[in-house]
Amino acid sequence: MLINHPLLGPRDAQEFTYLGDASLINRPNWQADDAQEQFHDYLYLRDNPAGLHRELWFHETGDRSWLVVTRDTTTHEITKVELARDVARALGRSK
Amino acid sequence: MRYSGLRVIKEALTGHRGWGPVWRDPEPQSSYDFVIIGGGGHGLATAYYLAKTFAKSRIAVLEKGWIGGGNVGRNTTIIRSNYMLDGNEPFYEYSLKLWEGLEQELNYNAMVSQRGILNLIHSDAQRDAFVRRGNAMILNGADAELLSTEQIRKEYPFLDFDNARFPIKGGLAQRRGGTVRHDAVAWGYARGADRLGVDIIQNCEVTGFRIEDGICKGVETSRGFIGAGKVGCAVAGSSGRLMAKANMRLPIESHVLQAFVSEGLKPILPGVITFGAGHFYCSQSDKGGLVFGGDIDGYNSYAQRGNLPVVEDVCESGMALIPALGRARLLRMWGGVMDMSMDGSPIIDRTHIDGLYFNGGWCYGGFKAIPASGMCYAHLLATDTPHDVATAYRFDRFRRGHMIDEKGMGAQPNLH
Repeated sequence: MLINHPLLGPRDAQEFTYLGDASLINRPNWQADDAQEQFHDYLYLRDNPAGLHRELWFHETGDRSWLVVTRDTTTHEITKVELARDVARALGRSK
Repeated sequence: MRYSGLRVIKEALTGHRGWGPVWRDPEPQSSYDFVIIGGGGHGLATAYYLAKTFAKSRIAVLEKGWIGGGNVGRNTTIIRSNYMLDGNEPFYEYSLKLWEGLEQELNYNAMVSQRGILNLIHSDAQRDAFVRRGNAMILNGADAELLSTEQIRKEYPFLDFDNARFPIKGGLAQRRGGTVRHDAVAWGYARGADRLGVDIIQNCEVTGFRIEDGICKGVETSRGFIGAGKVGCAVAGSSGRLMAKANMRLPIESHVLQAFVSEGLKPILPGVITFGAGHFYCSQSDKGGLVFGGDIDGYNSYAQRGNLPVVEDVCESGMALIPALGRARLLRMWGGVMDMSMDGSPIIDRTHIDGLYFNGGWCYGGFKAIPASGMCYAHLLATDTPHDVATAYRFDRFRRGHMIDEKGMGAQPNLH
């Protein structure tokens, strides 16, 4: 698989390590009343779709940036690659 | 039709014209007491034990393709019970005991071969860990034997014992481990279940669940609605896809695992052998092919095929252990989709929906679990209580902090 890095261009997927579903960006508020329940779901439950999946890849042997890769889990085709930083900021995180 | 030596002789003398199909091809009825989704090893074993051990009737197994066409037909056929943790070891030892009596139980030649499994040790720290695991196995009634390098040299003289980086320092053997003819497991359970009146319905895909007031009333299928008293899902690999139809999110990711077989060779490997310094395991099939595999690819996948980096990694590990492997040609390679759970251990449990039960999360160890999984799932479906050896396989273990994490990797499915 090749991952088209937004800054570096196409890179071999071997340069990256895989974390999982990009929803891991949305860490729950630890002060919420139901924080325990939210963290259980956040940490352990997954949508695990067959089809398009947004997921976090870390460019470990490259520029060490986190990417959000949109990939089809039935074909492995990658259709979109974004910097996780941009995705997180668009969600209002890390202001 | 019961199989026996006499029967084989009789058929041989009459041109083998007396053999017929060994299970029926029934039309689905409008409702059953028990509907098992998934005609793989686990689903068929569950149906068999429901009918046999728990004397239940009106049971159907629904399979979207043909039975045995999923992971029970795509694995590397190893059976063993060399686990360490309390939640796991009694279960897998129970499974190994059921394997030992399986052929007599089913009157079917599943080619259960207890040729032994050997986990190699490459460092002092690893020896300590393996001694601890061996002791845990023995405490749970399994067999374990610590072997010296010299003992291993007698059985496997061709290994790279003096590898500069990963010298072989010994091994932990389980003599009762071994291999089984995987397709015959599915066929044997299917035949056994069918003879007990279970309807095995192939080409019948479940497209949804009918859930009213929190109670599962049956399943919508490509062949119409089928009512059910209890619905048991056993579709590991596709659990995420199926349970999403009941609006359930699972502590599971689907990942692809590749397996490989070489051309047929004369007998070289007496048993199953695993490399301790990387992830590589190998056995030799009765046809002579070396059957081997290694790590999962590491990213979510439902594709049933993997990528080349893992092929390279597995072959490198193989060469580091068995240099002679380089002289064999690769015949086939394939991929299967695994339910990788958040702690590397399975789930056999009720769901929050009454009448809907779940069996999955087998990671890449589902094959060896088939008999015990079937028995425990049948126990749960028949009695609504977990079997004694499966009490730890609950959904809520993550919420309660009772994970069964053999590798200590945490909630990172691609590392288990």
